[in-house]
Amino acid sequence: MRQSRGLLCHDDRVSPIHAEPDVTELPDAITFLAKPWVTIVWNDPVNLMSYVTYVFRTYFGYDKAKAEKLMLEVHHDGRSVVSTGSREEMERDVQAMHEYGLWATMEQST
Amino acid sequence: MTGFERHRRSGRTIANFTGFEADLLRSLASQLVELLRDEAAAPVSSDPLEALFDFTGPTTVPEDPVLARLFPSAYVDDEEAAGEFRRYTESTLRSSKATAAIAIIDDLEEAGLPAELTDEGLYLDVELDLPRAQLWMRSFTDIRLALATRLGIEEGDEARWAALPDDDPVGQAHDIYEWVGYLQETLVDALGD
Repeated sequence: MRQSRGLLCHDDRVSPIHAEPDVTELPDAITFLAKPWVTIVWNDPVNLMSYVTYVFRTYFGYDKAKAEKLMLEVHHDGRSVVSTGSREEMERDVQAMHEYGLWATMEQST
Repeated sequence: MTGFERHRRSGRTIANFTGFEADLLRSLASQLVELLRDEAAAPVSSDPLEALFDFTGPTTVPEDPVLARLFPSAYVDDEEAAGEFRRYTESTLRSSKATAAIAIIDDLEEAGLPAELTDEGLYLDVELDLPRAQLWMRSFTDIRLALATRLGIEEGDEARWAALPDDDPVGQAHDIYEWVGYLQETLVDALGD
């Protein structure tokens, strides 16, 4: 959290900032409670189960149990949400999954 | 050929290949590099400053189905966002995948694979540290994805491949796909220990 500008005044009078935004609704982009984004890994007939688990452990730092659970979701359900966060974070994760050869997409969670 | 193993004391990952196997692996890796560089992702600029700020990567899905699988769309229902994502990532991903494939070629040659294989009795030992082994593992995935796309591999189609006669060239290509899968499986096991 940023400090109030009032504390940095050179004179001794500390005046609080009276900021009154004249909007009634915040745009999505600056609402910190906005719906997060998710990275989804999709099943494909090529990637080995052991490899997919290894990638989830290595890249996301998930423990073996969680990595295997996600891998099995991909395998049985056809897809699994493997990470959640801001749009920028998910873009990084999707790029990393593509680097590993996994089929990944991102979308805003519903 | 026993696949990869983790050497207990050094922690390095080791494998031995016949000259034929090493030559085959080099050929697959070379083809991948060629494919990745073929439809050049980013225009080459002679001005280094201009090149630094050149984000004019491709925005549409590659025509070649192998490249389309290696660089899938990041957004299912948003073509514009998918194009933007591609513009900023595809060039980087292409060079990263090429780097990994080149690591396989370099390591095989350093282990004694000559430019032209003539000695049929050649065996070579490959020893990889962790970062190097991870490059190989990633590139095995790319090679398998490329072969699978060309072969038309689908979920649960094992019977189709098993039914092919031994001398069918498609069946032989499928054997190579399976072999690279075996190499990758043993490599993942060795690293996961």
